[in-house]
Amino acid sequence: MPVHETHEHDVLIIGAGGAGLRAAIEAASGGLSVGLVCKSLLGKAHTVMAEGGMAAAMAHVDDRDSWKVHFSDTMRGGQYLNNWRMAELHAKEAPDRVRELEAWGAVFDRTKDGRILQRNFGGHRYPRLAHVGDRTGLEMIRTLQDHGVHQGFKVYMEHTITKLFVDAGRIAGAFGYDRERGNLRVFKAKAIVLATGGVGRAFKITSNSWEYTGDGYALAYDAGADLMDMEFIQFHPTGMVWPPSVKGILVTEGVRGEGGVLRNKDGKRFMFDDIPENYKAQTADSEEEGWKYVQGDKNARRPPELLTRDHVARKIVKEVREGRGSPHGGVFLDIAWIKERIPKGAEHIKKKLPSMYHQFKELADIDITAVPMEVGPTTHYTMGGVRVDGDSQMSTVPGLFAAGECAAGLHGANRLGGNSLSDLLVFGKRAGEHAAKFARERAAATIDQGQIDAAERMALAPFERAATAGDAEAPYKIQYELQDLMQDNVGIVRNEAEIRKALEGIQVLKARAAKVASVGNREYNPGWHTALDLASLLACAEVIATSALERKESRGGHFREDHPDKDPNFSTFNHVVRKGAGGRPELRRETISPLRDDLKQVVEENK
Amino acid sequence: MSDTTNLPTSATFRVWRGEKGEGEFRDYKTPVSEGMVVLDAIHQIQADQANDLAVRWNCKAGKCGSCSAEVNGMPKLMCMTRLSDLPLDEPVTVQPLHTFPSIRDLVTDVSWNFRVKKEIKPFKPRAPDAPDGTWRMQQEDIERVQEFRKCIECFLCQDVCHVLRDHHKHEEFIGPRFLVHVAALEMHPLDTEDRLPELKTAHGIGYCNITKCCTKVCPEHITITDNAIIPLKERVVDRFYDPVARLLRKLKP
Repeated sequence: MPVHETHEHDVLIIGAGGAGLRAAIEAASGGLSVGLVCKSLLGKAHTVMAEGGMAAAMAHVDDRDSWKVHFSDTMRGGQYLNNWRMAELHAKEAPDRVRELEAWGAVFDRTKDGRILQRNFGGHRYPRLAHVGDRTGLEMIRTLQDHGVHQGFKVYMEHTITKLFVDAGRIAGAFGYDRERGNLRVFKAKAIVLATGGVGRAFKITSNSWEYTGDGYALAYDAGADLMDMEFIQFHPTGMVWPPSVKGILVTEGVRGEGGVLRNKDGKRFMFDDIPENYKAQTADSEEEGWKYVQGDKNARRPPELLTRDHVARKIVKEVREGRGSPHGGVFLDIAWIKERIPKGAEHIKKKLPSMYHQFKELADIDITAVPMEVGPTTHYTMGGVRVDGDSQMSTVPGLFAAGECAAGLHGANRLGGNSLSDLLVFGKRAGEHAAKFARERAAATIDQGQIDAAERMALAPFERAATAGDAEAPYKIQYELQDLMQDNVGIVRNEAEIRKALEGIQVLKARAAKVASVGNREYNPGWHTALDLASLLACAEVIATSALERKESRGGHFREDHPDKDPNFSTFNHVVRKGAGGRPELRRETISPLRDDLKQVVEENK
Repeated sequence: MSDTTNLPTSATFRVWRGEKGEGEFRDYKTPVSEGMVVLDAIHQIQADQANDLAVRWNCKAGKCGSCSAEVNGMPKLMCMTRLSDLPLDEPVTVQPLHTFPSIRDLVTDVSWNFRVKKEIKPFKPRAPDAPDGTWRMQQEDIERVQEFRKCIECFLCQDVCHVLRDHHKHEEFIGPRFLVHVAALEMHPLDTEDRLPELKTAHGIGYCNITKCCTKVCPEHITITDNAIIPLKERVVDRFYDPVARLLRKLKP
């Protein structure tokens, strides 16, 4: 039997992006023993790629802003499927979390009077995003990392968790391996926080890195926890489309916040064509009004380019499908045009969008201060996730918590840009706090040796197969096939036949994944890592497709061409999935609790 | 708008394969297409020919600083090195960073960097002094610090620095990355900590003789030497070597 090392902590945090780091800082603040597991090196998690900013109603730029407006914007953007308690806590607590980052050393861009500057973003009524140029995520993760390493928690870099242990109905620990040596590890813990981000790697065109294989969802699902809203995947409207090797890399919404406009091949600003009913009152009637808005005119309404991401992405797909796209299958995003309106426009663009300038210059030979970019939708974010209690972030398995993209609820059917970074901070802190509380009140659980043995066998199986099997499968091939399958059949435009096709395909891939073999040894072997990640990707893909099949309407990130309209009958529940007998997903409808009266009034007041 | 260079249909990559410093270069031929970067080629090789080829990467957009390697001898982010900028009529050599111990293939042990950073005194702000319980800072007062905070910790500057690369002064010198980090803290308008004694001693700023190699390889174009290291050196000199200041300090109780 292979040897494993055992580590014991009161609280174990899995994932070291914004949510995981914030949770670790909080959990360690009370003096408990805390372990933080990260799949990559510390500070490289996907948070680093967030660009535009973090939404918090600090009202530094427009004093009409308040938590109430932010709450209403978030609910409207999420099409009212949100966990309203989370939306309330998020809107109320985000400003303090941002100020806390500043106290830990973050250096945000400033207003003229020396406060934290806020910028416009899609779906936010007022300028609300605290930012640092277009590299806000880097600022956030570095601040949390540099503060965090002095808070006394232990960091396990380049470790992957493959299994959670449950004992008598509560969480007991986790199993994994370290990438460098390939050693197997058992982590005993009284409470565990999942902060593993989303599952963008289940799709071919994505802005997500290799780590985004839905580990947290799959671990929780396997441990018996509920997943919720998994049909809602956000396709960000603006990813790079050319050259092929960079297809999917994100182009920040900040480009549009700074005055960038979308045009089709005829030069037309097509976003003016179709403005959803519930946004009509907030959206500009003319190009001139839209420009005034991005220039800070408080009487102007925002341009239609700053409508919610689900809507903008679908409009782009429509233009392309109807033959009005750009040469490489996208549309044009033009920021260079603002040179007509402001002096030293090129310098201004470089100053406000430095990494976009850099990214296009280096990867596509394009100077965005001179010519338009070509952009199209890219898989960006998972609105669904582990179903949690709004206050504590605890899942349906006692002692198992989830925060950030890994948790469901805050964003409903569609996330507003900028609400993710603030989500990480607000609910990372809450998850850390409540996990610590849970751990403090309980004795250690025990881990059954049989479960450990099984996890070990599963982790090492790909090597066993390499030695014996004649019909071994290659891990990368299965991953690519799954990405194609999901992209083609459960992507931005869905229908029943295609989703069924995906579900059948997933079963075939599951069977093939059971035959995957890894060559070489256990030391830093990406082929082995990819083989083990397949289980997570396939489990998530199955849950996504199952949920998408049952939502026979179009809402937020979920668009069904066979049911193109929103159906009020689908507005009263969330889809909840649990792993059923035989390992197949069991889906049920969970009624959304009625909005509290005072919050109902807040929504009414901000219609 | 797009690449019009005439790329060949395939190219050869001479990739270092091995463990803990023992190994060899191996040639892999792989198809190339428009817009491809070195990391794409490495991924293709990994998927088709060498599943266990070890390489670090995350964002593939020059933002995380994970895929650092030496391409044709130059420290680079593989995700930002386009094949159209390389001579493809000869093999492209790809090898791990030289300054850090080899783990396997293109992956090196960079843990020293994390240890060094932890030894630098953290940010220590003055008490909040604005009426709302926070602080006021002007944009022009933070621009220099924001430049330093662009650092993605790719450690290419550490790799190229001869004090570390050739003279192995890892125990006496923190390297350009962490001099930039100290500069970001020292020049932060709110910070009250004093790191000058350590800069002179434990951090070994005197070892830097301003060859500017670090600045040249920085993918974020941070002017490491001129904007961070030289001003820090001046502060150290003013504090510890200026005879007038020294005399004044002696006279003051």
